[in-house]
Amino acid sequence: MKFVDEYRDPEAARRTAEAIRRDTTRAWTLMEVCGGQTHAIVRFGIDELLPPGLELVHGPGCPVCVTPVELLDKAQLIAARPEVIFCSFGDMLRVPGSHGDLFAVRARGGDVRVVYSPLDALELARQHPDRQIVFFAVGFETTAPANALAALTARRRGLGNFSLLVSQVCVPPAIEAVLSSPANRVQGFLAAGHVCAVMGYEEYLPLAERFRVPIVVTGFEPLDILQGIHATVRQLEAGRHEVDNAYGRAVRREGTPAARALIAEAFVVSDRAWRGIGVIPRSGYRLRPELADLDAELRFDVGALVVAEPAECLSGLVLQGVKKPRECPAFGTRCTPDTPLGATMVSAEGACAAYYRYRRRTSEGAA
Amino acid sequence: MCLAVPGKILEVTGDDPMLRMARVSFSGVVRQVSLACLPEAKLGDWVLVHAGLAIAALDEAEAEQQLADLRRILELAPELEPEPEPEPEPEPEPTP
Repeated sequence: MKFVDEYRDPEAARRTAEAIRRDTTRAWTLMEVCGGQTHAIVRFGIDELLPPGLELVHGPGCPVCVTPVELLDKAQLIAARPEVIFCSFGDMLRVPGSHGDLFAVRARGGDVRVVYSPLDALELARQHPDRQIVFFAVGFETTAPANALAALTARRRGLGNFSLLVSQVCVPPAIEAVLSSPANRVQGFLAAGHVCAVMGYEEYLPLAERFRVPIVVTGFEPLDILQGIHATVRQLEAGRHEVDNAYGRAVRREGTPAARALIAEAFVVSDRAWRGIGVIPRSGYRLRPELADLDAELRFDVGALVVAEPAECLSGLVLQGVKKPRECPAFGTRCTPDTPLGATMVSAEGACAAYYRYRRRTSEGAA
Repeated sequence: MCLAVPGKILEVTGDDPMLRMARVSFSGVVRQVSLACLPEAKLGDWVLVHAGLAIAALDEAEAEQQLADLRRILELAPELEPEPEPEPEPEPEPTP
């Protein structure tokens, strides 16, 4: 596939890793923010190509992983209602709330459907005027334009039976939270390429300056990731802390302006709770007040529900790069993809699931 | 979840910027995609698609540039010697 295959060339990857080894003289800790990149790194063994001391820690960029338990419980309450068709991206269905997951709701007769796009949910609303269609609008900035478009189109078409359960979060406040933590050991960031494809990278400039960390916009193929690592290491070795773009084919400084305009038309910035991390100020979106009638939390009166996070799961520390999945005593034993304690073991992009899938056999016993 | 896939526009339909759609080919698999974020996208353009929406235009010149930069960096590398045999790693202590 064009724009993909040429970035998977194993020989070029090996030589880029060689260049990284050549240019690395000290130990550095980098964080890839996005769960999609975590998955690619573990799948292709990119971390194993790096010189000793150059460590990748895995960031909070997995929307499935950071959606709070409270919102999952609200989703289940809404999905169980007889008049509702509850629509979601597939990987949300197995994430445990306080009492089971959305699959369990479906098993008890709830109408829970997997869709590929919020626009598919909108189409269901048109086809089923007698039912309430609720879309679980989970995502980072990458997904925000699609969710915004669904909300705005529902309003324009006067679809009174469509609403959104919104769990939209943003990357820069999460990077700031990681850097502000006393436990932080991250010295450079690979910024999430597709978030930046939408938003551009201007909002990372003050972060790089204030915390004196290089931030490199990075794509998702093995060569993209290796180039992002190389650009970050070269900055660190030279004592620089700038924002670089190593994903120029998809990312422009200003992002995609019409996508940003859609987000601004549908959403306002709000505080958000992150599963395992807690509330991060101004770290997400909620629907604008004039679109409040599309807010499923209000429509189904679940807004007041308050739920405590389970204590046994380390995912909050994993998501902040403080712990690696195998440092968790439950990893691979009490916590597996079939019986997950936390969302990082459920989502294909969760760090725990990636380690379980690709590293369990080769590294069993190694901490 | 932020997976986005490159595809090529085969056909554009609709005039209303918010409702404009395209048929997009992903290595031969064709899907309907919203062009609400790309008012200037046209037939033959490459776009990055996420959750049914084209979220960014792909820039072929930039793609070439990135690969050229990569070749330049690799050419700066000294002649590669054959990979030395990796030192045998000590067997990890089995944890109880």
